[in-house]
Amino acid sequence: MLNIDCPYCGPRAESEYRCGGESLIQRPALDCSDAEWADYLYTRNNPKGVHIERWHHVHGCGMWFNAARSTVTHQIFATWGMTDPVPELPE
Amino acid sequence: MTRYGALSLLRGGLSGQTNWQPAWREPAPKSGYDVVIIGGGGHGLATAHYLAANHGITNVAVIERGWIGGGNTGRNTTIIRSNYFFPQSAAFYDFSVRLYEGLTRALDYNIMFSQRGMWMLAHDRHGLEMLRRSANAMRLNGVDAELHDEAGVRAAIPQLNPNPRFPVLGGLCQPRGGSARHDAVAWGYARAASAAGVHILQNTEVTGFRIAGGRVTGVQTSRGEIGCGKVGVAVAGHSSVVGKLAGLSLPVQSYALQAFVSEPVKPCLDTVVLSPATGTYLSQSDKGELVMGAGLDLFLSYAQRGSLPWMEQTAAGVIELFPQFSRLRFLRQWAGICDVVHDSSPIIDESEVAGLHFNCGWGTGGFKAIPAGGWCLAHHLATGEAHALAKDFGFARFRTGALIDEAAGAGIAH
Repeated sequence: MLNIDCPYCGPRAESEYRCGGESLIQRPALDCSDAEWADYLYTRNNPKGVHIERWHHVHGCGMWFNAARSTVTHQIFATWGMTDPVPELPE
Repeated sequence: MTRYGALSLLRGGLSGQTNWQPAWREPAPKSGYDVVIIGGGGHGLATAHYLAANHGITNVAVIERGWIGGGNTGRNTTIIRSNYFFPQSAAFYDFSVRLYEGLTRALDYNIMFSQRGMWMLAHDRHGLEMLRRSANAMRLNGVDAELHDEAGVRAAIPQLNPNPRFPVLGGLCQPRGGSARHDAVAWGYARAASAAGVHILQNTEVTGFRIAGGRVTGVQTSRGEIGCGKVGVAVAGHSSVVGKLAGLSLPVQSYALQAFVSEPVKPCLDTVVLSPATGTYLSQSDKGELVMGAGLDLFLSYAQRGSLPWMEQTAAGVIELFPQFSRLRFLRQWAGICDVVHDSSPIIDESEVAGLHFNCGWGTGGFKAIPAGGWCLAHHLATGEAHALAKDFGFARFRTGALIDEAAGAGIAH
C-alpha cells in the first residue's frame, strides 16, 4: 500500500487517491499539425524511472496535486501543489 | 526434431528414456540475421515460428533478456476468448482462437487448450443490457455467443453463491473460450522455431539499435552487436523502453496487472467466470489451483508486483461469487507489466524507423492473441505489407483518429 503525502491533508493510504496520469502536459496551439495533436492526445512519457504525475485525493480533500514517483520502486520523492514549481528531483 | 507421440514414448521406454533431446537449441549468436525478434515471449516466438513456417525465412534470431516465456507469457491467467465488439477486433481475435484450436497439432506440442467456455456475469440491469449488446455484436461478427438468464447461468455454474449481495441477473457465454497452458505455448513455438533453424538467444539484453539513414541495420546487445535486415519488437510492457533506444515515443503506457493462484484443490470449477462488477475473474487450472485475476493498478509501474488494495478487492470478489472458496489460501501472487494503449487495441506496424516493427499494445489481453499477433507480425516483416487482419491496427490510427476503441466497445478493462 502506497502512503501518499497529500500537500493539504498529509500522509494517507493509496486507496484514498486516484492517479491522473502524466502532469505538466502543455496543449499545443490549435493550428498545430495532426501529428502534433496526436502526440498531445496519445503519446505519454512512460519512463522506467522517475515520473511526474497528477494525483487526485478523491476520497479526501478532493484536491489535485503533483507527485514525483519511481515507476520501478514506487517510491514517492515529492508531492507539491498543481501550480507550485517542480522541486529538485533525483534522476 | 523428434515428433512427440505414443511411438516416441514407447521407444523412450525401451531405451531407458535416454533418447530425448532439449526442445530448443542454445546456439552462439551469429554476426547477423535477416530478421531479429526482440522479446522471447509468446508473440516473439510465434513471430519467429510463422516467419519460418509461412514465409520460409529461417535466418532469424529471437533475443530475450531473461528466459523465454518468463515475462507476461508466464504471468497471465491463460484465458483465451474473442468476445470483442468491433468487426476488426472480432476478426483478429477469432482468427487467434482458431489458430489456438489447431495449435497442439501444428506445433506437435500439447498446449492443453481446454475450450471449457467463458462466462461474463451481469449483476445489474445495466450490466445485462451491456451483455445483450455484446452478444449481438459478437454474433453479427460471426463469433459464438450465448446469452443466458439467471437460471441458465446457475445451471451451468451451480457453485455460484445462492444468496449473493450482488444478484446474478444473467450471463454471456462464449463456448469456444477457455484456457491453455501458458508455458507450453511459449515452449511449443520455441521448439518448432528452433527446429526450423531459428536461433533463440536467452539472457541477452538489447541495449541499443544501429540505425543508418533512417533504417535499422543492427542491434547492440549484452553479447555484442548483431546485424540484421529487419527487427520485430514484441516486449509488451517494456515497449516504451525499447522504443526509446531507437529514439521513438510510443502511445503506450505500462501498468501492473495482478494475478493469484490458490493452493490446489480437487476439480470444482469447470469453466472460466468473469465478473467485472465485482472486480475479478477466475478459473481452475489442471493442477487444481484457482487462478484469479485482478484489475490494473492505475498508475505507471514497471514493478512486477501488484498492490494490496487490488489483492483485497479480488479476494472479496471471489468470496462474493463463491463463498465456499473463502477458506482457500493464496499460494502465489505476481503481476505482469501491461502495454496499455488509449483505445485498448494492439499495434502491429512498422515504426518511423524503417525496418523496425512493433507488436505491442495488448494491454491485459496479450496471451489470447499470441498466434494471431505472431502470424500478422511475421507477415508484415516478410512481405513489407500489413496483414489484412492487422491493417487497421497501425500507428496511423492515432493521427487519423480511426481508433478501434475496445475499452468502450467491449467494456474490457485494458
